[in-house]
Amino acid sequence: MKNDIILAGVGGQGILSIAAAIGLAAVKNNLHIKQSEVHGMSQRGGDVQSHLRLSDKPIASDLIPKGKADLILSVEPMEALRYLPFLSKDGWLVTNITPFNNIPDYPGLEDILKQIKSFPNHIAIDADTIAKQAGSSRSSNIVMLGAASPFLDIPFERLEDGIRQLFGKKGEELVNTNLKALKAGRDFTEKNR
Amino acid sequence: MEKLLLLGDEAIAQGAIDGGLSGIYAYPGTPSTEIMEFVQGSKQAEELSIHRTWSANEKTAMEAALGMSYAGKRAMVCFKHVGLNVAADAFVNASITGVNGGLIVVSADDPSMHSSQNEQDSRFYAKFSLIPILEPSNQQEAYEMAYYGFELSEKLNVPVMLRITTRLAHSRAGVQRSQVKKQNQLHLPSDPRQFVLLPAIARKNYKKLLGMQPSMDIESEKSTFNTFINGSDKKLGVIAAGLAYNYLMENYIDGKNPNPILKICQYPLPHKQVADLYNQCDSLLILEDGAPMIEEMMKGFLNLGKPIHGRLDGTLPRDGELNPNIVAKALGMAIQEGQEVPEVVKNRPPSLCQGCGHRDVFEDLNEVLKEYGTGRVFSDIGCYTLAALPPFNSVNSCVDMGASITMAIGAADAGLIPAVSVIGDSTFTHSGMTGLLDAVNKNAPITVIISDNSTTGMTGGQDSAATGRLFEICQGIGVHPDHLKIITPLKKNHEENVRIIREELEYKGLSVIIPQRECIQTFARRKKAEKNESN
Repeated sequence: MKNDIILAGVGGQGILSIAAAIGLAAVKNNLHIKQSEVHGMSQRGGDVQSHLRLSDKPIASDLIPKGKADLILSVEPMEALRYLPFLSKDGWLVTNITPFNNIPDYPGLEDILKQIKSFPNHIAIDADTIAKQAGSSRSSNIVMLGAASPFLDIPFERLEDGIRQLFGKKGEELVNTNLKALKAGRDFTEKNR
Repeated sequence: MEKLLLLGDEAIAQGAIDGGLSGIYAYPGTPSTEIMEFVQGSKQAEELSIHRTWSANEKTAMEAALGMSYAGKRAMVCFKHVGLNVAADAFVNASITGVNGGLIVVSADDPSMHSSQNEQDSRFYAKFSLIPILEPSNQQEAYEMAYYGFELSEKLNVPVMLRITTRLAHSRAGVQRSQVKKQNQLHLPSDPRQFVLLPAIARKNYKKLLGMQPSMDIESEKSTFNTFINGSDKKLGVIAAGLAYNYLMENYIDGKNPNPILKICQYPLPHKQVADLYNQCDSLLILEDGAPMIEEMMKGFLNLGKPIHGRLDGTLPRDGELNPNIVAKALGMAIQEGQEVPEVVKNRPPSLCQGCGHRDVFEDLNEVLKEYGTGRVFSDIGCYTLAALPPFNSVNSCVDMGASITMAIGAADAGLIPAVSVIGDSTFTHSGMTGLLDAVNKNAPITVIISDNSTTGMTGGQDSAATGRLFEICQGIGVHPDHLKIITPLKKNHEENVRIIREELEYKGLSVIIPQRECIQTFARRKKAEKNESN
């Protein structure tokens, strides 16, 4: 088995937390993992991406080859489209639809959504609203993880363990909010795929 | 022992701690920063009393590490590739002094310039300093090389370079630890003159270093990091260095390679192994991240032997980091591409944070500069360089740490008056203070703005060397008190700040203005920590 995942977003949106939660779950599941991330200049509001690779066999490259990603998981709609050269023919595009507009020439949301919806394998989710309903607007990245979870070869309980480990130090309340966010994201995908 | 999920940088840090490290010295720089940060956050390092504070710059870090080695203990120094330029004087001469305690120099290269102003290849420095290089292909090797590097350094009596690139530094994988080694006891070098590089002694030491070269070659030949993997198709042999090995193997299904491969992760190049591969193959492909160093060595100046393919003949791009697709193309394999990026996707360059004090500084400065015209702002390395981009379009130079002040001096000498320098607090104490002394000594008609956010911002908020003391430092260097001003870069102070900047630009001598406001990121983190504590 292998899951090659591109995580996409804007610096500061929390894609590294998603990567960390999946990473912790994968290690508990005895999978091999390589996860490449962006630090430094781009984190200042620029586009950021992380290549996350899971496999039951040893993984060679830290980078996913073009056309081989099984999943693009984006916390921002325009950023979802930036990595299409990496997506395989049968791959899934799972994205938040709330735009992060910090550039003067940000395109119209309708044009972006039209592109996203042209993919048969897409999940477009309003993660910010769902996160608010789950208790905290700051958990939208974890809603996105939940929305992508049906496409990962990791048992859902392991992801929940990952969330507990990741947020455990910050208190029970935050753990529960994020577990709710995770579940809400998953439910959305299961209803809409 | 347990398996840890570590970044390449963190694997190096853990390997050094487990390998008997007594002190780590560094200046922050992407992609090397997380090595020191990991040691600073490590409970084990705390229990072992490992020295782990940031240095003012890479040169002071390199020298402190050499001092610890002199005293017999194991030391590590870490910086990004351009930091090695700053440390080069100490670095090159450390190969002539040799070491006492093991010394590892970690230089983190940034091919493709993700966060840098060039993509120089640190291996050249080690090559002309005549010392070994360890270049890990994965996180496990990064751990093992840091662990083993001290021993190698002590055995060969030279510093050892550990060279990584961004991709490994910032990629995570599982790492298996080894037994923790004890730190060395304090002990002086057996030869009390070993570190005294007077010409007569330096000549002796240099001959000794030259005499050690065959031993270094033997270490490379027998190193488990250099491996030959046979293949049946001898039309092409592949030399893959460090991380490039992974990109190669990614393209072979189930790891089955048709061509013979020599994986190089320890230098000097193992002469016998390289010659063996050359002799049994019709041609060679050289895969290395960074500059074509091995390729040039293989080809020689006249390129008279068998065909050697790589970056120099266009088989691979001459610049930028490698990836699986580039390597596939070099092997003549078909590439399966996904869809093109649709036109609706726009560039999203990095920018200064909302609420950042640097923003106010440039808004104030831009208003005054309208009166003088553009093209006179010399800046430096840090977040504020982003003011070169819209909406500010303020900055006209960014070259190396500290260059803002000295370039402004030169431009003013040429008649560009007033010239303005914008530098951050950490960059100022790194390499700006000596330049300011030049400006004081000639009372150069420049205005130096030290935009003080009390941290090293771009690399994520590490301690800055002179927080709270910049005014006194400038005074001590000799800046006249009438032209040394502190301002607070806030919107409500805009009119007043503009007036002060205008006055100092009008002055035909040296002025220093210090806008002081805490970095918005460290401020937010501090508030959050305080809130958590009070809960």
